[in-house]
Parts: sequence; C-alpha cells; structure tokens
Amino acid sequence: MVVAFFVLTVILFPFGVGPEPELLQRIAAGIVWVTALLAALLSLERLFQSDYEDGSLEALALLPLPLEIQVLAKCLAHWLVSGLPLTLVAPLLGLLLHLDAAGYPALMLGMALGTPVLSLLGAVGAALCLGARRGGVLLSLLVLPLYIPVLIFGVAAIEAEIGGFGPRPHLLLLAALLILALTLVPFAAAGALRQALE
Amino acid sequence: MFRLANPNRFMHWSGKLLPWCAVSTALLLAIGTWLALFVAPADYQQGEAVRIMYVHVPAAWMASFVYAMMAISSAVALIWRHPVADIAARESAPLGAGFTLLCLVSGSLWGEPMWGTWWVWDARLTSVLVLFFLYLGYIALVNAFDEPTRGARAGAILALVGAVNLPIIKFSVDWWNTLHQPASVFRIGGPTIDPAMLWPLLIMAVGFTFFYVTLLLVRMRSALMAAKLRALRLQQSLAA
Repeated sequence: MVVAFFVLTVILFPFGVGPEPELLQRIAAGIVWVTALLAALLSLERLFQSDYEDGSLEALALLPLPLEIQVLAKCLAHWLVSGLPLTLVAPLLGLLLHLDAAGYPALMLGMALGTPVLSLLGAVGAALCLGARRGGVLLSLLVLPLYIPVLIFGVAAIEAEIGGFGPRPHLLLLAALLILALTLVPFAAAGALRQALE
Repeated sequence: MFRLANPNRFMHWSGKLLPWCAVSTALLLAIGTWLALFVAPADYQQGEAVRIMYVHVPAAWMASFVYAMMAISSAVALIWRHPVADIAARESAPLGAGFTLLCLVSGSLWGEPMWGTWWVWDARLTSVLVLFFLYLGYIALVNAFDEPTRGARAGAILALVGAVNLPIIKFSVDWWNTLHQPASVFRIGGPTIDPAMLWPLLIMAVGFTFFYVTLLLVRMRSALMAAKLRALRLQQSLAA
C-alpha cells in the first residue's frame, strides 16, 4: 500500500512538470525524498490508534516490559512495512526520473538511515494525537516540520555524491539524527502514551 | 515559583503587577516608536525603509523568546504538575505565533524595496517559517481534545520535542542554504550598528517584552476565570 502510494505519487511528477529528462534529472533526488516523507506519514496514524480504541494499549502499559521498549518495537514494525520497502523501491524510481548513476548509493544509504528517523519521530506525533479530533490532519501538521532535517541531509547526500564531493558528511549527520532519535523518542512517545491513557 | 502554583495567589499577584506592566509597555513602545520614526537616522543605503527594522528585529527576537518561555513552562508543568505553568504555556502560544507572523510580514515588506522580492528561501526566513508552523501545530494540538487538561499535557510534550528539534532544524536549514546558494548578497547592518540606531532598537525590544508579559498576564487571568466559571456552573447544575 505504502509502496503503491510512493510509486504513484512519484509518477505524477513527470505529468506535472513535463517529461524532459534534464529537468527530471535535476529534481529527481528531491522528488523521491519528499514523496518518501509523505508515504511514511500515511500509515503513521494507525500506529497506536487501533490499540488505543480497543483497549489493548492499556493492557500493554500494564506489562512488566517498559513502555519505552514497546514504542521501539512499534517503530521497528512501522519501519519494516514502510521505510524498508521505500528504500528498496527508491532506486527504481530514480531510474524512472533519470537520476544520475552516481547518486544511487547515496540514495539507498540515505534512505536506510533516514526512514527509521521518520518512523521514530512519527511515533511521537501518533502518540500525541491519540483521541484528538481530526487526528490525521493534525498529525501531519505536527510531524512534517520535524521531518525537515532528514529531507535536507537526505537530498544533500545525493547531490554531493553527484557533484563529486562525497556524501559521507551528510550520511554521518543522518546517522547522528538516527542515534539521537533512537535515544530520545522512546521517552517522549512513552510519556505521550501514558498521558493519553490517564 | 511554587507559591504561584495556587491560582488564587497568582490572581492576587498578577492583578497587582498588571497595571505596572501595561504602563511600562505603553511608555516604552511610545518612546521607542518616536525614537525610531523621528530621531534615529535614515540608513545611507536603505533610506527610510530601514525603520522597518525597529519592528522586525524585536518581533524576530520575541518569536524565539516566547517559544523558549513556552518550552520552560511546559517542562515545569510536566515535572511538577504546576497548574499555572500549564496555562502560561498554553496562553503563550498564540502570542508567539502572532510575533512570528509579524516578523514574517514585516520582513516581507522590508524585503520588497531592499531585495526586490517578497520572499527568498534564505536560511533565516525559512527557519522562522518553520517556527511559525511549530506554533500552529502546538495550538492545533492543544485545542484538539474535548478535555482541556489532556490538550495541555500533550501540548507540553510537543513543546519539549519541538525545543529539542528547533536547533537541529535551524542548523540544517542554515547548511542547506549555504550549500545550494552562493554567499548571501543581503547582509544588512551586521554587528556594526550605529548607537543612534541601537538605542531605539533596544528600547523597542524591551517594550515588546513588556507587551508580551502584559498580554500573557491578561490571557492567563481570563483563562483562570473561565475555568472558575466552568467549575461554578458545574456545581450549580449538580445542586439543581
């Protein structure tokens, strides 16, 4: 589902901006990354929603296993069904958009490092929106501004690789974001879940 | 701080403080505006348009200051369950969003005669725009729940997540801009600002801060009164 949305949205761009290969080549990295952001957002709303509605979230909170660890497990599950497939499909879309051949390793590596951050940050947003009115729109308003650094470094890595500078610093920064999110997000998301259950 | 956790005591103190804040605001803004419009010299390059600075720069300063206040109040509210800090954070958000919007609009009006365009994807402009959306997200989240306390708690967590993220966003946006654009052509003023311009600017900045404090006190007082009214109505309907 997420992959179908990803592919379809990317395919819309040549219709929108025109099929000239030079133009598409110039904006390919940006299109793939922006679309990946939106695709990751798509499935976030359901991350805790059904568990919250049928009460299993309360049962989970009572387990001896800390809620923080459970949040990490949820994020991993979300990444496996959204981030990982997106990473695997991204080169194909790069091909469709005439992405410069030099950019593929940076695209794959950047997506592999960046999409887990999207799942993690999204988990905080999803937990905060539990029980809110118009949760879906609210979630995108909360989460999209926080996604900006991932987008910037993801695209910058590809452009640096194509430009011949080497993507290493940008990929390292993406890795730093991932480590930061891995350490801080579980506490924020678990706190948000606890206040939702009170 | 803990003495003010009692809403009644807060109402007492804020009631005493409010007139002083209001008078200081009026005086400082009046003096600052007069200095900015009539006393401060026009810029040798920008002419009279430089006077937009006296609104724009304090507004930009307040935009981040209010976010910092919001984050600190949220932390206090989360850690000590301080009820008044909760209200301070919630009532600061629309003010901060207002200052941010003022900063964006005045900057846009300044940019048009100076750079010949209303909007540039410059690092500073972009990070202020993102800050504006963080405010909007916070306001939307706080108001999205039927139960007001739920919204306040969720908002407090969001404000703290935003506070951690804001430097990262700012830093990444700075970098994004310098990578993709040649050195900015529009470096205005810089630290070598003339004292004749600096003084009106500082007075305006302090005036803006008092303006924020005054409005915040008014908003907090009315929020507390509204909560009291709700409680009284509930009591009445239960008694009836």
